Amino acid sequence: MSGELLRAEGIGKRFGGFVALEGITVSFAAGQLTSIIGPNGAGKSTFFNILSGALTPTSGKLHFRGRELNGLPQHRFVHQGISRSYQITNIFPDLSVHENVRVAAQALIVSYDIWRNRARLVELNGRADAALDAVGLLARRNELAKFLSHGQQRALEIAIALVAEPELLLLDEPTAGMGPEETKDMVALLERLADKRTVLLVEHKMKMVLGLSKRVVVLHHGRLLADGAPDEIRSNPEVRRVYLGQSEGYG
Amino acid sequence: MTGPSSSEALTKPASSGLGWLLDQRVLLSIAVLALLPWLLPSKALAVNVLIYGVVVMGYNLLFGYTGLLSFGQAAFFGAGAYFTGIAIGRYGMPWFAAVPVAVLLSTCLAAAIGVVSTRTRGIYFSMVTLALAQLVYYVALQAASFTGGENGLRGFTVDRISLFGLQVNFLDPVNKYYVLMAFAALAMWFQSRILNSPFGAVIEAIRENEQRARACGYDVERSKLVVFMLSGAISSLGGCMLALHLSIVPLDILHYQTSGMIVMMVLLGGASSFFGPFVGAASFLILEDVISLWTPHWQIIVGAIFVLFVLFLPKGIWGTLLDALGIGKARR
Repeated sequence: MSGELLRAEGIGKRFGGFVALEGITVSFAAGQLTSIIGPNGAGKSTFFNILSGALTPTSGKLHFRGRELNGLPQHRFVHQGISRSYQITNIFPDLSVHENVRVAAQALIVSYDIWRNRARLVELNGRADAALDAVGLLARRNELAKFLSHGQQRALEIAIALVAEPELLLLDEPTAGMGPEETKDMVALLERLADKRTVLLVEHKMKMVLGLSKRVVVLHHGRLLADGAPDEIRSNPEVRRVYLGQSEGYG
Repeated sequence: MTGPSSSEALTKPASSGLGWLLDQRVLLSIAVLALLPWLLPSKALAVNVLIYGVVVMGYNLLFGYTGLLSFGQAAFFGAGAYFTGIAIGRYGMPWFAAVPVAVLLSTCLAAAIGVVSTRTRGIYFSMVTLALAQLVYYVALQAASFTGGENGLRGFTVDRISLFGLQVNFLDPVNKYYVLMAFAALAMWFQSRILNSPFGAVIEAIRENEQRARACGYDVERSKLVVFMLSGAISSLGGCMLALHLSIVPLDILHYQTSGMIVMMVLLGGASSFFGPFVGAASFLILEDVISLWTPHWQIIVGAIFVLFVLFLPKGIWGTLLDALGIGKARR
């Protein structure tokens, strides 16, 4: 717990007349796992897209390590230390598993070199393999990514985000579409990741979120509804009304 | 972009085995091309295969490796040819100065068209490249005092090629072929370097998943512009070869039909394979040569064959062959 890493100040986002987010002020400390939950349409994904630079907020400010991120193009976010995974599997299907991760690691070092042989960037190969090892995919490194199972593709996606050595790792529903076995593996992986770095998670599976997170932030209709430790969230009547009451997964 | 200092730290001498292996595709391709004039019915056909092979190879960088379907590649093919012809005929440059100048100017043209077109995506990109290439066509048509307008560019002839005191009679078809093959070899070597480079990895990532490439930290728009320019540069070298070969530049090579033919050739041969463009150019030109002997409506038959290919062999002749032989991506 070494102080504040990311601070959102009055973040709002409009799409035409539709207000997706309004006045979200929240800050995230370094070194803990925080989950963002909320019913469908609560603005979780919009918020996540703003935090990762895919969307620009219509109002409010974003500070990361004291630096303002507003106006920075999306591809610069990784260079600042914010890396993300996607809700819908988002990998490079026709590249090998290893190349998926290697090319992600390369982004931080070199883009426009058309002259040297990329095979000579040997350190990247090592880093890619280390990231694959961390998610348990090292044995499949030479296969094409499209031939992995769904759960493995989700893990690969995390390896892609992880290889950038981000200070803040944003994970958008890493267990989406997974069966119970795969989910279990993923939870174990998330626990390992949360030991070492700051993780921000959007997730639907309530039981998992409450068991895993140090802190839970609840969004509803684009506003911040609650923010606290899992126990507080569990007993918060507002949250129970809008969200938990509907969820069979809450246990 | 990172300075050499930080990236140099990651560089170590190549593992000799892999580097050597990857170089082979250039040598193997050159070996096949060296035999071509003796395999094909005419030397003229072989020269055309070389020229279109280079043009299509440049296009393959954009379409096959980056996934950008441009319908305007004829602009750079034509630009290379016109600039070479104008440099030689109007400004009296020797060929070895005219060719680099022409490639450089064509690359500038590619930068101009690329700046506009790479801001768009999908069908809009295709349409913008088509429209801008047609603009180049009309400029060449209207600026008749420079380009010869409808009649094409005439009045320059390269009959000897001399370099380092060596003189070659360029009118001899065999000499001509091997001189032009040296250009093709240069283009292949350059393309192979790009594909093996870190930037080659970036464009493949963009082809596979643009959104993911951006989230990984790549400036997708700028990378597309760079590859658009590289692709234009290589295709324009094919144009230079055409100008040297024909000693005229027909206006038609700037027409969108030429762009369409380039797309057909890359699909016939196999997009995103190294030698596929030459196979595609050869198949197309041989088909044209053979079928036009017995019917003037050869395009109907070539068109039908093309449709069959798209339906049943989407990886093209060369891509399908490589698959069948189980040759992996790295060696293509």
